[in-house]
Amino acid sequence: MNIVVCMKQVPDSETRVKIGADGKSLDLSSVNFVINPHDEFAIEEAIRLKEKHGGEVTVLTLGPDRAENDIRKALAMGADKAVLLRTEGDFQGDVAIALAEQIKTMGSDLVLFGKQAIDEDSSQTAQLVAEYLDLPCVTVVVKLDADPAAKRLTAEREIEGGTEVVELPLPAVIGTQKGLNEPRLPNLKGIMAAKKKPLEKKEPVNQASKVETVGLELPPPRAAGKMVSQGLDGVPELVRLLHEEAKVI
Amino acid sequence: MAKFKGVDYYDIDTLLSEEERLTRDTVREFVDDQILPVIEEHTRNCTFPKNLVPKMAELGVFGANLPEEYGCAGMNNVSYGLIMQELERGDSGVRSFASVQGALVMYPIFAYGSEKQKKHWLPKLASGEKIGCFGLTEPDHGSDPGGMKTKAVKDGDHYVLNGAKMWITNGTIADISVVWAKLDGEVHGFLVEKDTPGFTAPEMKGKYSLRASVTSELVLQNVRIPAENILPNVKGLKGPLGCLTQARYGIAWGAIGSAMACYDASLNYALNRIQFDKPIASFQLVQEKLANMVTEITKGQLLVLQLGRLKDKGIMKFNQVSMAKRNNVDIALTIARVARDIHGANGITDEYPVIRHMLNLESVKTYEGTHDIHGLIIGQSITGIAAYA
Ligand SMILES: Cc1cc2nc3c(=O)[nH]c(=O)nc-3n(C[C@H](O)[C@H](O)[C@H](O)COP(=O)(O)OP(=O)(O)OC[C@H]3O[C@@H](n4cnc5c(N)ncnc54)[C@H](O)[C@@H]3O)c2cc1C
Repeated sequence: MNIVVCMKQVPDSETRVKIGADGKSLDLSSVNFVINPHDEFAIEEAIRLKEKHGGEVTVLTLGPDRAENDIRKALAMGADKAVLLRTEGDFQGDVAIALAEQIKTMGSDLVLFGKQAIDEDSSQTAQLVAEYLDLPCVTVVVKLDADPAAKRLTAEREIEGGTEVVELPLPAVIGTQKGLNEPRLPNLKGIMAAKKKPLEKKEPVNQASKVETVGLELPPPRAAGKMVSQGLDGVPELVRLLHEEAKVI
Repeated sequence: MAKFKGVDYYDIDTLLSEEERLTRDTVREFVDDQILPVIEEHTRNCTFPKNLVPKMAELGVFGANLPEEYGCAGMNNVSYGLIMQELERGDSGVRSFASVQGALVMYPIFAYGSEKQKKHWLPKLASGEKIGCFGLTEPDHGSDPGGMKTKAVKDGDHYVLNGAKMWITNGTIADISVVWAKLDGEVHGFLVEKDTPGFTAPEMKGKYSLRASVTSELVLQNVRIPAENILPNVKGLKGPLGCLTQARYGIAWGAIGSAMACYDASLNYALNRIQFDKPIASFQLVQEKLANMVTEITKGQLLVLQLGRLKDKGIMKFNQVSMAKRNNVDIALTIARVARDIHGANGITDEYPVIRHMLNLESVKTYEGTHDIHGLIIGQSITGIAAYA
């Protein structure tokens, strides 16, 4: 099975983001970047499927050169090769089209995504790419079984209050969710091997996005907390405030 | 507690390759996930976390700078140093285990062993299937190993060993001991397997330091080992000293890890502990302590990084290793003591990592050549005069 994993590099969730001078992009100057955590499930699942069924795992990233760090990490975990669609500055093009155009050239049986990127939370790249590729798509997947001979997938999805089991033909596009697996740490031999694995860099297809970001705003600063009193004495007042002011009980 | 982000006041990360950073970050995550959650408990109970051995092996830390053909990761020495740094940020005892396994057992087999010994032992030691120890120190010979009394005598196609070793890390849990003994007046290395008759390795009790590491005596009474168990390719003190150079190299990095853990804990504590209505970090005296800590860590980082680059070029000298071991352990111990102080009463409990590091570092200061002995090695290298005796 040849699997493509679309991986995005995102700011670490502990980062305190700042808005850039233009008011519509982030100031990324002192940000620590990581693999989008949801994509780690996709990488791990791809490697497990390869270990079980054979084939090859290719990591596909659209982003600037710095993403190479995290691409190497995915290669160290066990992916076989990678393609970096290199961007400079804020990419104004349509990300899904750029990814889909690249995937078309790769002849893959399965395309895996994280269900969303934790930076912009759009939760739509997997679906859009599937649409551009005219492939079936299932997201929020917590269990995945492949039968490459029969060219079929069985997936379980998280839905409100339960799970939904679906079947679909390969090739397909999957968005992975926490719970699917426990992503491995690369080991040191993997890190050494990753150095020798191919990483192709190329320009992305740049077709203007129909959506334009016009502004970014931080949430209003949180007001200081209120200290009722210390110890048991404060309980009646706390109950009163929760009831009358916060109106939560 | 917030995740450890490293200490990098001088953008030293920009001097590291992508592979070196990834190695460091990977081991860092391993330490957060696997070592920190269990280490205080093991320290309290004075037990070695043996279940970490297969996990560390899977990660690839044992002999990580030895070649792939023997089942090792084949990393450069800077990556190896960063691994030791991160392990010791967890605990000096865990790092000691890895140092002994890699630098004091795998390295001598690799450097002085026969091809047969290498093929047999190195993959098993790298995979953690076998544990090793290194027996040089004796009850009456610590800083002066040349005076060792342990003896080997040839008897047909066997050697017979007699003597006693002391303060031997991993001794009780080791499957294989590299024992240094005099044969016809000259020091040689011998591989002694654990169940050999006449060989025992009782654990030493009552330590206040390196409590999560096993320290043992080795007792050898008419221990007969096959003649092929001698390490064939070295004789004289340069054998064990060559191993010590490797291990000291790792310790010089490791000490920075302990120092970082203590600094990081102190900075957090000082920012959060309120006295006189202010975080204690707002007092000049506390700031000076923190400033000294981060300055010494930064100097120590640059020292080991250059040392590693020299080692990777194959031109590192043992006296340069002495400088890094001596300095970095010393500053780490000072930092640990100040960190203990900044934590006030909390600093004496195992709710915080600082007193564990502080006590551990007392051993690290002594083993692998004491602080003073390394001073004498540096002294000899600059004056040409040996001042040991
Ligand atoms: C936890 C732990 C683990 C250890 N693990 C191992 C191991 O795995 N294998 C192994 O072989 N050994 C091991 N050691 C032993 C260690 O290497 C020795 O303790 C060390 O070499 C010092 O020897 P000593 O304790 O006999 O002290 P001594 O040599 O008696 O030194 C005592 C003091 O005298 C000073 N001193 C000695 N000679 C001089 C001199 N010429 N000039 C100035 N000052 C001097 C020293 O600096 C020190 O301050 C371990 C020790 C500890 C504490």
